[in-house]
Amino acid sequence: MALSLLQSALMPALTFAELFPNGVSHYAIGGVFIGLGVAVIYLGTGIIAGASTFLETTLSYVSGVPRFQKGKYVASRDWRVVFTLGIIGGAAIYQVIFHGEIWTTDVEWWRLLSGGVLVGIGTRIGKGCTSGHGVCGVGSASFTSIVNVATFMTVAIGTAQLIQAMGMGISP
Amino acid sequence: MSEKTSGKTTGKQNERGPLFMPLILVGGLIFGFGLGFSQMAKPEVVLQFLQFDDFGLLFVMGGAAVVTGTTFAVATRLSGNAPLTGKAYTRRLKSFDKNVLVGGGIFGIGWGISGICPGAAYASVGLGNYLILFGIGGMFLGAYLQGLWRKHRTDATSPTTSAD
Repeated sequence: MALSLLQSALMPALTFAELFPNGVSHYAIGGVFIGLGVAVIYLGTGIIAGASTFLETTLSYVSGVPRFQKGKYVASRDWRVVFTLGIIGGAAIYQVIFHGEIWTTDVEWWRLLSGGVLVGIGTRIGKGCTSGHGVCGVGSASFTSIVNVATFMTVAIGTAQLIQAMGMGISP
Repeated sequence: MSEKTSGKTTGKQNERGPLFMPLILVGGLIFGFGLGFSQMAKPEVVLQFLQFDDFGLLFVMGGAAVVTGTTFAVATRLSGNAPLTGKAYTRRLKSFDKNVLVGGGIFGIGWGISGICPGAAYASVGLGNYLILFGIGGMFLGAYLQGLWRKHRTDATSPTTSAD
Protein backbone atom coordinates (compact mmCIF):
# COMPACT_ATOMS: atom_id res chain seq x y z
CA MET A 1 0.00 0.00 0.00
CA ALA A 2 2.59 2.49 1.12
CA LEU A 3 4.87 1.19 -1.57
CA SER A 4 2.36 1.70 -4.37
CA LEU A 5 1.61 5.20 -3.08
CA LEU A 6 5.30 5.94 -3.09
CA GLN A 7 5.56 4.49 -6.57
CA SER A 8 2.73 6.58 -7.97
CA ALA A 9 4.27 9.67 -6.38
CA LEU A 10 7.65 8.88 -7.88
CA MET A 11 6.49 7.84 -11.33
CA PRO A 12 6.10 11.36 -12.75
CA ALA A 13 9.50 12.28 -11.34
CA LEU A 14 11.09 9.23 -12.95
CA THR A 15 9.45 9.98 -16.26
CA PHE A 16 10.57 13.58 -16.01
CA ALA A 17 14.13 12.45 -15.28
CA GLU A 18 14.02 10.18 -18.29
CA LEU A 19 12.78 12.93 -20.57
CA PHE A 20 15.12 15.54 -19.14
CA PRO A 21 18.20 13.77 -17.76
CA ASN A 22 20.01 17.10 -17.47
CA GLY A 23 17.09 19.07 -16.01
CA VAL A 24 15.37 21.92 -17.78
CA SER A 25 16.49 25.10 -16.00
CA HIS A 26 19.63 25.85 -18.02
CA TYR A 27 17.73 25.13 -21.23
CA ALA A 28 14.89 27.48 -20.31
CA ILE A 29 17.17 30.22 -18.93
CA GLY A 30 19.40 30.02 -22.01
CA GLY A 31 16.31 30.24 -24.21
CA VAL A 32 15.14 33.37 -22.40
CA PHE A 33 18.55 34.98 -23.04
CA ILE A 34 18.30 34.07 -26.73
CA GLY A 35 14.87 35.72 -26.85
CA LEU A 36 16.16 38.78 -24.96
CA GLY A 37 18.96 39.25 -27.47
CA VAL A 38 16.40 39.37 -30.29
CA ALA A 39 14.11 41.63 -28.22
CA VAL A 40 16.83 44.20 -27.43
CA ILE A 41 17.70 44.60 -31.12
CA TYR A 42 14.03 44.67 -32.13
CA LEU A 43 13.00 47.30 -29.59
CA GLY A 44 15.92 49.55 -30.51
CA THR A 45 15.85 49.16 -34.28
CA GLY A 46 12.66 47.40 -35.40
CA ILE A 47 14.90 44.74 -36.98
CA ILE A 48 14.03 41.07 -36.44
CA ALA A 49 17.45 39.46 -36.36
CA GLY A 50 17.82 35.92 -37.69
CA ALA A 51 21.21 34.25 -37.83
CA SER A 52 21.29 32.60 -41.27
CA THR A 53 21.10 35.67 -43.54
CA PHE A 54 24.64 36.43 -42.33
CA LEU A 55 25.79 33.70 -44.73
CA GLU A 56 24.58 35.19 -48.00
CA THR A 57 25.03 38.84 -47.02
CA THR A 58 28.65 38.09 -46.11
CA LEU A 59 29.09 36.40 -49.50
CA SER A 60 28.19 39.76 -51.07
CA TYR A 61 31.61 41.08 -49.96
CA VAL A 62 33.37 38.56 -52.17
CA SER A 63 30.92 37.31 -54.83
CA GLY A 64 29.30 39.11 -57.71
CA VAL A 65 26.50 36.54 -57.98
CA PRO A 66 23.32 38.65 -58.21
CA ARG A 67 21.60 36.68 -55.47
CA PHE A 68 24.05 38.11 -52.96
CA GLN A 69 24.19 41.63 -54.38
CA LYS A 70 20.54 42.42 -53.73
CA GLY A 71 20.15 45.87 -52.22
CA LYS A 72 18.65 44.72 -48.96
CA TYR A 73 21.50 42.27 -48.40
CA VAL A 74 24.25 44.78 -49.11
CA ALA A 75 22.48 47.29 -46.85
CA SER A 76 22.30 44.89 -43.91
CA ARG A 77 25.60 43.04 -44.21
CA ASP A 78 27.57 45.33 -41.88
CA TRP A 79 25.27 44.97 -38.90
CA ARG A 80 24.95 41.22 -39.54
CA VAL A 81 28.73 40.89 -39.18
CA VAL A 82 28.55 42.84 -35.90
CA PHE A 83 25.64 40.67 -34.73
CA THR A 84 27.58 37.49 -35.49
CA LEU A 85 30.71 38.77 -33.73
CA GLY A 86 28.43 39.52 -30.78
CA ILE A 87 27.10 35.94 -30.81
CA ILE A 88 30.65 34.55 -30.77
CA GLY A 89 31.63 36.99 -28.00
CA GLY A 90 28.56 36.20 -25.88
CA ALA A 91 29.23 32.48 -26.04
CA ALA A 92 32.91 33.14 -25.20
CA ILE A 93 31.84 35.13 -22.13
CA TYR A 94 29.66 32.19 -21.03
CA GLN A 95 32.51 29.74 -21.55
CA VAL A 96 35.07 31.85 -19.67
CA ILE A 97 32.73 32.50 -16.72
CA PHE A 98 31.40 28.97 -16.30
CA HIS A 99 34.21 26.74 -17.57
CA GLY A 100 37.42 28.70 -18.07
CA GLU A 101 38.71 26.42 -20.82
CA ILE A 102 37.83 25.75 -24.44
CA TRP A 103 35.34 23.09 -25.45
CA THR A 104 35.51 21.10 -28.68
CA THR A 105 32.98 18.80 -30.28
CA ASP A 106 33.24 15.02 -30.71
CA VAL A 107 31.00 15.10 -33.79
CA GLU A 108 33.09 14.03 -36.79
CA TRP A 109 34.33 16.68 -39.22
CA TRP A 110 32.60 15.08 -42.20
CA ARG A 111 29.25 15.22 -40.42
CA LEU A 112 29.79 18.92 -39.61
CA LEU A 113 30.82 19.67 -43.19
CA SER A 114 28.14 17.72 -45.06
CA GLY A 115 25.43 18.74 -42.59
CA GLY A 116 26.61 22.35 -42.85
CA VAL A 117 26.27 22.35 -46.65
CA LEU A 118 22.68 21.08 -46.42
CA VAL A 119 21.88 23.57 -43.65
CA GLY A 120 23.29 26.38 -45.80
CA ILE A 121 21.17 25.36 -48.79
CA GLY A 122 18.08 24.62 -46.73
CA THR A 123 17.92 27.87 -44.76
CA ARG A 124 18.26 29.90 -47.93
CA ILE A 125 15.58 28.01 -49.85
CA GLY A 126 13.33 27.80 -46.81
CA LYS A 127 13.60 31.52 -45.90
CA GLY A 128 15.08 31.06 -42.45
CA CYS A 129 16.64 28.88 -39.78
CA THR A 130 16.10 27.81 -36.19
CA SER A 131 16.39 31.41 -34.94
CA GLY A 132 14.61 33.11 -37.86
CA HIS A 133 11.67 30.72 -38.14
CA GLY A 134 11.96 28.83 -34.85
CA VAL A 135 12.27 31.80 -32.51
CA CYS A 136 11.28 34.99 -34.38
CA GLY A 137 8.72 33.44 -36.75
CA VAL A 138 7.08 31.27 -34.13
CA GLY A 139 7.12 34.30 -31.79
CA SER A 140 5.26 36.14 -34.56
CA ALA A 141 2.69 33.32 -34.77
CA SER A 142 3.57 33.05 -38.48
CA PHE A 143 1.89 30.18 -40.30
CA THR A 144 4.85 29.93 -42.69
CA SER A 145 7.34 29.64 -39.83
CA ILE A 146 5.30 27.10 -37.87
CA VAL A 147 5.07 24.88 -40.97
CA ASN A 148 8.81 25.29 -41.62
CA VAL A 149 9.69 24.37 -38.03
CA ALA A 150 7.37 21.36 -38.07
CA THR A 151 9.00 20.25 -41.33
CA PHE A 152 12.62 20.57 -40.27
CA MET A 153 11.95 19.11 -36.81
CA THR A 154 10.28 16.03 -38.28
CA VAL A 155 12.95 15.49 -40.94
CA ALA A 156 15.81 16.14 -38.52
CA ILE A 157 14.43 13.68 -35.97
CA GLY A 158 13.98 11.07 -38.71
CA THR A 159 17.53 11.65 -39.99
CA ALA A 160 19.13 11.48 -36.54
CA GLN A 161 17.15 8.36 -35.61
CA LEU A 162 18.17 6.70 -38.87
CA ILE A 163 21.85 7.49 -38.26
CA GLN A 164 21.48 6.17 -34.71
CA ALA A 165 19.88 2.97 -36.02
CA MET A 166 22.90 2.58 -38.31
CA GLY A 167 25.08 2.57 -35.18
CA MET A 168 26.50 6.08 -35.59
CA GLY A 169 24.46 7.83 -32.91
CA ILE A 170 25.94 10.25 -30.41
CA SER A 171 25.93 8.72 -26.92
CA PRO A 172 25.27 11.04 -23.98
CA MET B 1 -1.27 31.33 -46.82
CA SER B 2 -0.86 34.85 -48.07
CA GLU B 3 1.36 36.31 -45.43
CA LYS B 4 3.30 39.18 -46.89
CA THR B 5 7.00 39.62 -46.44
CA SER B 6 7.45 42.10 -43.66
CA GLY B 7 10.30 44.33 -42.61
CA LYS B 8 10.12 47.01 -45.29
CA THR B 9 12.08 50.03 -44.15
CA THR B 10 9.95 53.12 -43.86
CA GLY B 11 12.89 55.50 -44.00
CA LYS B 12 16.32 55.65 -45.55
CA GLN B 13 19.11 53.33 -44.45
CA ASN B 14 21.29 56.18 -43.22
CA GLU B 15 18.73 57.22 -40.63
CA ARG B 16 20.53 54.91 -38.19
CA GLY B 17 21.42 56.59 -34.92
CA PRO B 18 24.95 56.43 -33.47
CA LEU B 19 23.89 53.72 -31.02
CA PHE B 20 22.76 51.38 -33.82
CA MET B 21 25.90 49.21 -34.04
CA PRO B 22 26.56 49.16 -30.25
CA LEU B 23 22.99 47.95 -29.70
CA ILE B 24 23.34 45.25 -32.35
CA LEU B 25 26.54 44.12 -30.63
CA VAL B 26 24.87 44.02 -27.19
CA GLY B 27 21.93 42.07 -28.64
CA GLY B 28 24.35 39.62 -30.25
CA LEU B 29 26.26 39.20 -26.98
CA ILE B 30 23.05 38.35 -25.08
CA PHE B 31 21.92 36.02 -27.89
CA GLY B 32 25.28 34.23 -27.95
CA PHE B 33 25.44 34.00 -24.16
CA GLY B 34 22.01 32.33 -24.30
CA LEU B 35 23.18 29.84 -26.93
CA GLY B 36 26.15 29.00 -24.72
CA PHE B 37 24.13 28.79 -21.50
CA SER B 38 21.41 26.65 -23.12
CA GLN B 39 24.08 24.19 -24.39
CA MET B 40 22.63 24.54 -27.89
CA ALA B 41 26.05 25.62 -29.15
CA LYS B 42 27.09 21.98 -28.67
CA PRO B 43 26.11 19.75 -31.62
CA GLU B 44 26.07 16.74 -29.26
CA VAL B 45 23.24 18.25 -27.22
CA VAL B 46 21.17 18.95 -30.34
CA LEU B 47 21.74 15.40 -31.62
CA GLN B 48 20.76 13.95 -28.23
CA PHE B 49 17.50 15.87 -28.52
CA LEU B 50 16.87 14.58 -32.04
CA GLN B 51 17.65 11.03 -30.86
CA PHE B 52 15.11 11.46 -28.02
CA ASP B 53 17.78 11.15 -25.31
CA ASP B 54 17.05 14.59 -23.84
CA PHE B 55 14.04 16.75 -24.65
CA GLY B 56 15.46 19.85 -22.97
CA LEU B 57 15.91 21.67 -26.27
CA LEU B 58 12.16 22.21 -26.42
CA PHE B 59 12.63 24.59 -23.49
CA VAL B 60 15.30 26.55 -25.36
CA MET B 61 13.11 27.30 -28.36
CA GLY B 62 10.04 27.64 -26.15
CA GLY B 63 11.69 30.03 -23.71
CA ALA B 64 13.05 32.14 -26.55
CA ALA B 65 9.77 32.21 -28.49
CA VAL B 66 7.81 33.28 -25.39
CA VAL B 67 10.13 36.27 -24.92
CA THR B 68 10.11 37.29 -28.60
CA GLY B 69 6.36 36.63 -28.90
CA THR B 70 5.58 38.87 -25.92
CA THR B 71 7.94 41.57 -27.17
CA PHE B 72 6.50 41.56 -30.71
CA ALA B 73 2.90 41.51 -29.43
CA VAL B 74 3.46 44.50 -27.15
CA ALA B 75 5.61 46.52 -29.56
CA THR B 76 3.30 46.16 -32.56
CA ARG B 77 0.52 47.68 -30.46
CA LEU B 78 2.62 50.77 -29.74
CA SER B 79 2.11 53.75 -32.00
CA GLY B 80 5.77 54.77 -32.14
CA ASN B 81 8.63 53.56 -34.32
CA ALA B 82 11.98 52.11 -33.30
CA PRO B 83 14.18 54.90 -31.85
CA LEU B 84 17.43 54.06 -33.66
CA THR B 85 16.08 53.56 -37.19
CA GLY B 86 12.57 54.98 -37.39
CA LYS B 87 11.41 51.57 -38.58
CA ALA B 88 7.86 50.51 -37.77
CA TYR B 89 7.46 47.54 -35.41
CA THR B 90 6.23 44.57 -37.43
CA ARG B 91 5.98 40.81 -36.96
CA ARG B 92 8.16 38.35 -38.85
CA LEU B 93 5.84 37.09 -41.56
CA LYS B 94 7.19 35.44 -44.69
CA SER B 95 5.14 34.29 -47.65
CA PHE B 96 4.29 30.61 -47.83
CA ASP B 97 5.16 28.48 -50.84
CA LYS B 98 6.62 25.05 -51.52
CA ASN B 99 10.15 26.37 -50.93
CA VAL B 100 9.28 26.64 -47.23
CA LEU B 101 8.76 22.86 -47.21
CA VAL B 102 11.65 21.97 -49.53
CA GLY B 103 14.07 24.24 -47.67
CA GLY B 104 12.84 23.05 -44.29
CA GLY B 105 13.33 19.44 -45.41
CA ILE B 106 16.89 20.01 -46.65
CA PHE B 107 17.70 21.98 -43.51
CA GLY B 108 16.26 19.14 -41.42
CA ILE B 109 18.50 16.53 -43.05
CA GLY B 110 21.55 18.72 -42.48
CA TRP B 111 20.55 19.46 -38.88
CA GLY B 112 19.95 15.76 -38.25
CA ILE B 113 23.35 14.78 -39.65
CA SER B 114 25.42 17.45 -37.92
CA GLY B 115 23.45 18.93 -35.01
CA ILE B 116 24.40 22.43 -36.16
CA CYS B 117 22.36 25.44 -37.25
CA PRO B 118 23.71 28.90 -38.12
CA GLY B 119 23.34 30.85 -34.83
CA ALA B 120 24.43 27.93 -32.67
CA ALA B 121 27.44 27.30 -34.93
CA TYR B 122 28.69 30.90 -34.56
CA ALA B 123 28.25 30.59 -30.80
CA SER B 124 30.19 27.33 -30.84
CA VAL B 125 33.22 29.27 -32.11
CA GLY B 126 32.96 31.29 -28.91
CA LEU B 127 33.27 28.10 -26.86
CA GLY B 128 36.64 27.59 -28.54
CA ASN B 129 35.24 24.82 -30.74
CA TYR B 130 37.47 25.34 -33.76
CA LEU B 131 36.22 22.10 -35.32
CA ILE B 132 32.87 23.82 -35.94
CA LEU B 133 34.62 25.76 -38.72
CA PHE B 134 34.05 22.67 -40.88
CA GLY B 135 30.32 23.22 -40.33
CA ILE B 136 30.40 26.98 -40.88
CA GLY B 137 32.50 26.50 -44.02
CA GLY B 138 29.90 24.00 -45.19
CA MET B 139 27.09 26.50 -44.57
CA PHE B 140 28.84 29.18 -46.61
CA LEU B 141 29.39 26.64 -49.38
CA GLY B 142 25.72 25.63 -49.28
CA ALA B 143 24.48 29.23 -49.33
CA TYR B 144 26.86 29.96 -52.23
CA LEU B 145 25.71 26.90 -54.21
CA GLN B 146 22.11 27.93 -53.68
CA GLY B 147 22.87 31.45 -54.95
CA LEU B 148 24.64 30.05 -58.01
CA TRP B 149 21.78 27.67 -58.71
CA ARG B 150 19.26 30.49 -58.48
CA LYS B 151 21.30 32.60 -60.88
CA HIS B 152 21.55 29.69 -63.29
CA ARG B 153 17.81 29.04 -63.09
CA THR B 154 16.95 32.72 -63.50
CA ASP B 155 19.26 33.06 -66.50
CA ALA B 156 17.87 29.90 -68.09
CA THR B 157 14.16 30.57 -67.66
CA SER B 158 13.44 34.28 -67.76
CA PRO B 159 16.35 36.66 -68.13
CA THR B 160 14.04 39.67 -67.98
CA THR B 161 12.49 39.00 -64.59
CA SER B 162 14.66 39.34 -61.52
CA ALA B 163 14.77 36.73 -58.79
CA ASP B 164 12.37 37.33 -55.89
